[in-house]
Amino acid sequence: MIHTFRHAPGILTAAAVGGYEERRGPLGEAFDLCDPSGRFGQKTWEMAEEELARTALNAALGKAGVNAKDISVLCAGDLQNQCCASSGGLYSFGIPFLGLYGACSTCTESLLVASLYLSETYSEKRRLAAAVTTSHNGSAERQFRQPLEYGSQRAPTAQWTATAGGAFLLDSHGADVLITECMPGRMINSLILDSANMGCAMAPAAADSLCRYFEESGKKPVDFDAIVTGDLGLVGASMLRELMKEAGIPLEENYRDCGTMLYDEKEQDVHGGASGCGCSASVLSCFFLPKMVRGDYQDILFLSTGALLSATSVQQGEAIKGIAPLLRIQRRKT
Amino acid sequence: MSQKEEYEAKIKAIAPTSPLFKNCLFAFLFGGGICAFGETFRHLLMRIGLESSDAFVQVSVTLIFLSAVLTGLGIYDNIAKIAGAGTLVPVTGFANAVVSPAIDTKSEGWVLGVGAKIFTVAGPVLLYGVLAGTVYGLIYYAVSLFGGGV
Repeated sequence: MIHTFRHAPGILTAAAVGGYEERRGPLGEAFDLCDPSGRFGQKTWEMAEEELARTALNAALGKAGVNAKDISVLCAGDLQNQCCASSGGLYSFGIPFLGLYGACSTCTESLLVASLYLSETYSEKRRLAAAVTTSHNGSAERQFRQPLEYGSQRAPTAQWTATAGGAFLLDSHGADVLITECMPGRMINSLILDSANMGCAMAPAAADSLCRYFEESGKKPVDFDAIVTGDLGLVGASMLRELMKEAGIPLEENYRDCGTMLYDEKEQDVHGGASGCGCSASVLSCFFLPKMVRGDYQDILFLSTGALLSATSVQQGEAIKGIAPLLRIQRRKT
Repeated sequence: MSQKEEYEAKIKAIAPTSPLFKNCLFAFLFGGGICAFGETFRHLLMRIGLESSDAFVQVSVTLIFLSAVLTGLGIYDNIAKIAGAGTLVPVTGFANAVVSPAIDTKSEGWVLGVGAKIFTVAGPVLLYGVLAGTVYGLIYYAVSLFGGGV
């Protein structure tokens, strides 16, 4: 069900942090900070991701000129087991914490939860919330796939887990860009077991959310400046177009997928595009939000897409479930 | 057609497939290249006076050493990306399968990290290789009891 916020929270500031491939990609210049080594000065990939999360939140706080003690709640998540990048990287801020796991849908999920919190606690007094999402190629490959230096050929449908993160500061009293509506996603069984084709594992969930949204709101895809999915990648995005066409709500030119925007598919050896929850978080932060602030976009739908699986669940023969929570993000009317 | 088959058919229509011919060609060239290098090296070793059996061992040890060093330098996976089965099937692939988890798990400690996880990739090859060798040995022994074999 679509929930319309009575007091739409605003996105005050956002920051995007990335690694080597992200810097080389078409959006590289737009990132707030990139570490080409991907190490962020740390000894291990897991700690590097913690530092990435810390850096992203620091950047968002710095841009707003806000102190961590003024933040009411921090909603954050990542891909590591037990979300250790978020807890390890962000505990020192001392902000009350809600740890989230939505696989690669965490960016939307964290913004959704933070927005609900601000809307529910709305009062005369201005409140701030933070949402942070990260992924790291080093920690994710190690956990979900093969050792990093293992020599193998990746499937053409396989996507590249982004070393990236996004941090967002939300303001209960609004900002230039507002989160006006939200709709949690349903878990949709993709029926497929191929963890090298996550785009197609998530596309049915994205189609489900979009169909439910358009049906309930009575709107059409052309009513929005952009309809943005998280990390379906090249194959998954084609599949979503196909599924929406079958559902009688074909997507138009305004459909974008963050997984196809982060890297240059010709120049960078990333096969099916980008994945990882940091993909949609960083692209929202460094591409879509600046466009909305400038006034290029007035109204977008944003759905980070998650593939709910573990290395164990796939080995035990369980099909991958997808999820795609949805946010409507609008520019404040002047 | 079940819902699953229907979706899989849809995926098949959209998803790009691996370039089979190119992969086979590169596997042949790289795999053949490694074998040709090994054979040349073996002849060189015999030329300087090594026994044939010793030369075989030296060639294997050298290829394993080179793979381990290239893995450690972060070069091996870039070659394997192109070579595919060409670097996977020879002993080089096995060396890489042991060294890469060792590098990865060093941060978790020498015992519970490297010690426990070094064979996470190569483990199945070791287990079933030894098992197949044992079964083959038993069959060979049984045949030889009846006057067969060598």
